Parts: sequence; structure tokens; C-alpha cells
Amino acid sequence: MMDHAIKLDGVRKKYRFFSLDNICLELPPGQIMGLIGPNGAGKSTTIRILMGLVHQDGGDVQVLGHRMPQEQVAAKWDIGFASDDMRLYEAMTLEWHMNLIRSIYPKWDAAYVQLLLKRFGLRADQRIKEFSHGQRVKATLLLVLARRPRLLILDEPTTGLDPVARHEILRELTGVMADEGRSILFSSHNTQDVEQISDQITFIDRGRIIDSMDKEVYLDRWRRLRLEVPAGIELPALPGIINVRQQGRLAIATANVFAPDLANAYENTGARVQSIETMTLEEIFVANVEHSREEVDA
Amino acid sequence: MDGFVISQTDKRPIYLQIMEQIKRRVAVGDWAEGQSIPSIRQLAVDLSVSVITVKRAYLELEREGVIVTQQGKGSRVAPNPGLGLRLQEQELKKHLEQAIRLSAVLGLQPEELEGRLREASENIAAKESS
Repeated sequence: MMDHAIKLDGVRKKYRFFSLDNICLELPPGQIMGLIGPNGAGKSTTIRILMGLVHQDGGDVQVLGHRMPQEQVAAKWDIGFASDDMRLYEAMTLEWHMNLIRSIYPKWDAAYVQLLLKRFGLRADQRIKEFSHGQRVKATLLLVLARRPRLLILDEPTTGLDPVARHEILRELTGVMADEGRSILFSSHNTQDVEQISDQITFIDRGRIIDSMDKEVYLDRWRRLRLEVPAGIELPALPGIINVRQQGRLAIATANVFAPDLANAYENTGARVQSIETMTLEEIFVANVEHSREEVDA
Repeated sequence: MDGFVISQTDKRPIYLQIMEQIKRRVAVGDWAEGQSIPSIRQLAVDLSVSVITVKRAYLELEREGVIVTQQGKGSRVAPNPGLGLRLQEQELKKHLEQAIRLSAVLGLQPEELEGRLREASENIAAKESS
């Protein structure tokens, strides 16, 4: 058994106006990793490097135990890759595409295909040009899933989908995890999707990894503290607090490494802690990007 | 898994929502003492949530004594007759804490909160006797 489905170590890639810098991440088998970050953060470039489509300037890339890009031919038998810019043949039917893929990949699962057609509400005899955007996305995913690859790499699999199609896809992706030898890495702007289905979260902004860790540990580290600050009391700077906004006597402090001591420390200065709230990934996302940009720009 | 709802309007983390819904099943007896419950991976697939989230929920439930997990044998509802009561105790504690937080926001003193509590219980008693 390999230790990691994916392992990146010190990966760099320089473009004229953008560079990826020291990208390190690890995805254990049997887990889903969500890659999040603003537009242009480097998510797609990272994914292209993983697939051997873009060659890194330096650093080590291993996918399913194969070094990339050198061993990409061997690696790709067991990787299912889907991205928005992959085009199906407009004039051909879905069935034509299915036959093509089946002729290449021996693990093609015909029974699973029938199930997926039904769950996704797709018709095999329909031409791609008659498909809606959502149907195209689902058709692309069907062609990838039916090969039963050990690793799925999906660039924005739920972007532009209606809520029903999104749920169908999330259900299929989590369903893959019934087999603990399989893994998924997907990028998304939708923090709800990432919060719901990821075991690991990796945050990228401006070509750097801000955080990469176990989702439960990560969500648990963040808190919002609502404080009442009596006149004449100055809130101290505390470790683990990345942002304090105060207006009048009420203040909101955001902690990225929360510990109960923090609340005590505020109370000891004379402030009163009104509440301590957990944060959604969406809220963390915004706070984290703002904070890391302040740090870099400072 | 029928009847489980993971809500996005519920501000609590998903693992807490799962814990609460399992406790409810146990409290009303739908999941009986000693009964096997779905494996972590199975419940994750059924609810379309990550394995690590269900794992967290199960670990916390084990810590609270609601379920027991045996390596290789999966998880079961803990064999404990006082369980339902204890779960209701926890529920009460949670509501009381919530009431205390709200009263703090409103600036009520503890004595005023006690007064409100008496008032509320008198109202309920009046309704039930009418």
C-alpha cells in the first residue's frame, strides 16, 4: 500500500505574471481533499502539474507512487481527470464516447454505467450538442467514474450547476469513498461543497499554500468571539487572534488558533466575552485570505 | 440514511448535527441499547459527507458514553439503562446555557432570569390545568 495518493514537495513553477511557490501537500489514500482559493490562486496550475500537463520548474511530484511528469503514462491508467475545458465531440452521442473509453480502459464497469445514467438522468443515445451545461458536466464525470480509477482529480466539478445536479455529483463522489483504497482531489469555489465532503482542506492564495490539513482540526481551530469592552479598556494583542474589529463598546475578535485561555485572557483585561462562535468554511475563507494578504503586504 | 438532515442553515458544524441526530435516535429508542449502528464509512456515504466528519462525531459520542466502538467489530449503542435520562439531562443543560447567554445579551441579572423562569413555569402550569 502506498503512503500517499498524492505527494507534492517543494513544487515551483514560474510564469511571467504568476508563480507557484514551494507547494507541499499530501493526500492519504481513502480520503477526499478539497482545494480552495480565490480565482487565479494557482489551483488549476497545481492540478495540471499533478496530471503532468504542466511541468514544474522544481520540486517533487508523486501521484499514486509515480513520479510526475516522468511516469505520467503509467500513472494515468489509474487517474480519472475531469476539467471544464475538456471537450466532448459535439456531433457524437454519449454512447459513442462510452465505447471509446471502454476500448481503452480494461476496468470499465458497464453495470455502474447503467446506474450512473439513471442517477444522472442522462440518455446514452443523445448527442452531446443536445446536452445542457449540467448534462455535459455529468456526462464527463460518468466517463471518468465508470473506469473506476483509484484517484479522481477534478477541476471545479460543481461550478455552474443547479442545486439538484450539485447534490447528484456530491453524492456520487462521497459514494466512491465506500472503497477505502480510492481518493479524490477536487478544486472548488463552493466552500459549502468543500466543507461537506472533504477530509482534507488545502487553501491556496497567490501561488502559495496558506493551510493544508485535516478538515475537522482546521474548522475547530477557528472561532469568533463577541466581546463587550467597557470604556477605558484597551483590548490586548493576543497570540492566535488574527483580527479584531471594534465599534463603540462591542468588538469581534477572530481566532485562527483558538484555545479557551483566549477568552480568559480577554476577561482578565476587564472585557466581557458575550459569545464564542464556530465559523463556517465560507467565513474562514474570507478571514484567512484577508489575513494572509495583510501579512504578505506588510 | 433516512431521517438524517444535514442543514446549511444550522450554524453548528456538521459533526455536531450528526451527533445530535444520533442522540435523538437513541433517546427515543429507535436505536436500541446494544444495537449495531452503521460503520463510519457507510454513514459518510449515506449522508454524502466526509469520512473524517463522521469519525469525529463517533469519537465524541464514544467519549460521552452514547456508543461503543470495538476494533474490527464496528460500533454499537452503549449498553446503559440510564442513557436516555442522561441524554435528556444534557439537552436541559444545553437549553439552560442558551438561556443564560441570551439573558446576558439582554443584560438581565441572574435574579431576573430566575424570575422569568418561575414566570414561564407558572404559565405552562396554568395552560395545562385549564
